[in-house]
Amino acid sequence: MNDEVINLRNVWVHYDSMPVLEDVSITVYQHDFLGIIGPNGGGKSTLLRVMLGLVKPSRGEVRVLGGDPEHNRRYIGYVPQYSLFDINFPINVRDVVLTGRAGHALFRRYTDQDKELAYNALKMVDMLPFENRQIGELSGGQRQRVFIARALAAGPKVLLLDEPAAGIDARMQTEFYELLEKLKEKMAIVIVSHDITAISIYVDTIACLNRKLFYHGSKEITPEDLMATYQCPVELIAHGVPHRVLREH
Amino acid sequence: MIEILQYGFMVNALAAASLAAIACGIIGVYVVVKRIVFISGGISHASFGGIGLGYFLGIDPVLCVIPFSIASALSIGEVSRRTKVSEDSAIGIIWTMGMAIGIMFISLTPGYAPDLFSYLFGNILTVPRSDLLIMLLLDIAIITVVYLLYKEFLAITFDEEFATVIGIPAHKLYLVLLCLIALTVVVLIRVVGVILVIALLTIPAAVSRRFTDDLRKMMVLSIFFAALFSITGLYMSYALDLPSGSTIVLVSGIVFSLLELFRHVRRNPPLSAV
Repeated sequence: MNDEVINLRNVWVHYDSMPVLEDVSITVYQHDFLGIIGPNGGGKSTLLRVMLGLVKPSRGEVRVLGGDPEHNRRYIGYVPQYSLFDINFPINVRDVVLTGRAGHALFRRYTDQDKELAYNALKMVDMLPFENRQIGELSGGQRQRVFIARALAAGPKVLLLDEPAAGIDARMQTEFYELLEKLKEKMAIVIVSHDITAISIYVDTIACLNRKLFYHGSKEITPEDLMATYQCPVELIAHGVPHRVLREH
Repeated sequence: MIEILQYGFMVNALAAASLAAIACGIIGVYVVVKRIVFISGGISHASFGGIGLGYFLGIDPVLCVIPFSIASALSIGEVSRRTKVSEDSAIGIIWTMGMAIGIMFISLTPGYAPDLFSYLFGNILTVPRSDLLIMLLLDIAIITVVYLLYKEFLAITFDEEFATVIGIPAHKLYLVLLCLIALTVVVLIRVVGVILVIALLTIPAAVSRRFTDDLRKMMVLSIFFAALFSITGLYMSYALDLPSGSTIVLVSGIVFSLLELFRHVRRNPPLSAV
């Protein structure tokens, strides 16, 4: 019980009486590395926003670290879709990462400890040499790392990443997943993506989401789950051991 | 230039230009980087209701605008959140309601409204001393709040959702920011009037963005540019007998366009120059 980080029980979300999430139940434990896949419009971002307490479910219960998500979401390291940013914003990398401390340092100046935590977070993602750069001068992959550092600076128990692979080239993606492997030792990680192949190689468990959630706490996905998720036959292909790669039909 | 300073109204005008530059230099940066120009336009136009109320009650319209612009700022910030009205519809409604209320009050006021035009389009040459004091106090309030909440404002203007998640009361602070915009509108009314306010809230900040990537430096630079534009415009309006508010706005716009043009030419040299 005490190593539960996020717990959703029978969660329903409606937008204008249209169900977006139907009876979703899932538990994320301390050392989980979970990938949630599903088609666009299948409710992935809504699910993340429910976990963050930004969207209130119309039915069901959400717990973060055993408590109310609005209170405990500061322990969630949120990495939003980077494409949503104004990259011309006049802010440098160091200040972006420092905003990860802004919730802890509310209405006071940043302390040396805040600055040290931000420094360590930047070091963790190998972005220290770029700390004085304006955020728009970075590549997509570098920017993604900065946003991870910002989330890490807050000292999270779980990292939530929304479509992290979008806008990153293939080589950067490998480095990116290697970084997540490293972070996995310290916190739970939840990735949401519509890209099955990239995600399925690295994560430990996979859930399928298309309004309903299919999750067995493992990496096994049945063809029936995929059928229900993508509403079309999907082939499961195992490319040898130990990684199982799935391909859309 | 020096001899015109012997006129008391000129000294007042220069003081008004400087006080206005401080407010719009600081707050304009937030308006530009958070892309809330339209919201600010809504707040400034709706403030006209306060001017009408001032006429009707027979008290200083500038003083009367303060509660009115704050109320418009808060309604714009809350309406789209609490109802299903989209934000730009909410802005459009509050924008025109405020103006309609202002015109209604003025028509209900017996007699002729003498300097109505100066509240709409500004007249920096007629700023009374009492209004300078209001402007100074509002500047002090704006500087104090931004100094105390600089870090929090940076977090919410850069990424409001992330700020919410890490425990910053982002929406409340956003409302505070909108109120600061409302106060800035009050400071600027005498200089450029409610209709032209948006020029001084955007052009100096947009120009300063060309020179720095740092929000703090942007604020200092945009105070400088706002002062430069206002004083140049003021001098030209005096020398050429032009309306001051629109001269200031046109000077700002021309400098902005020239800078953009120059930047464009430098980046894309014509083929003959290659």
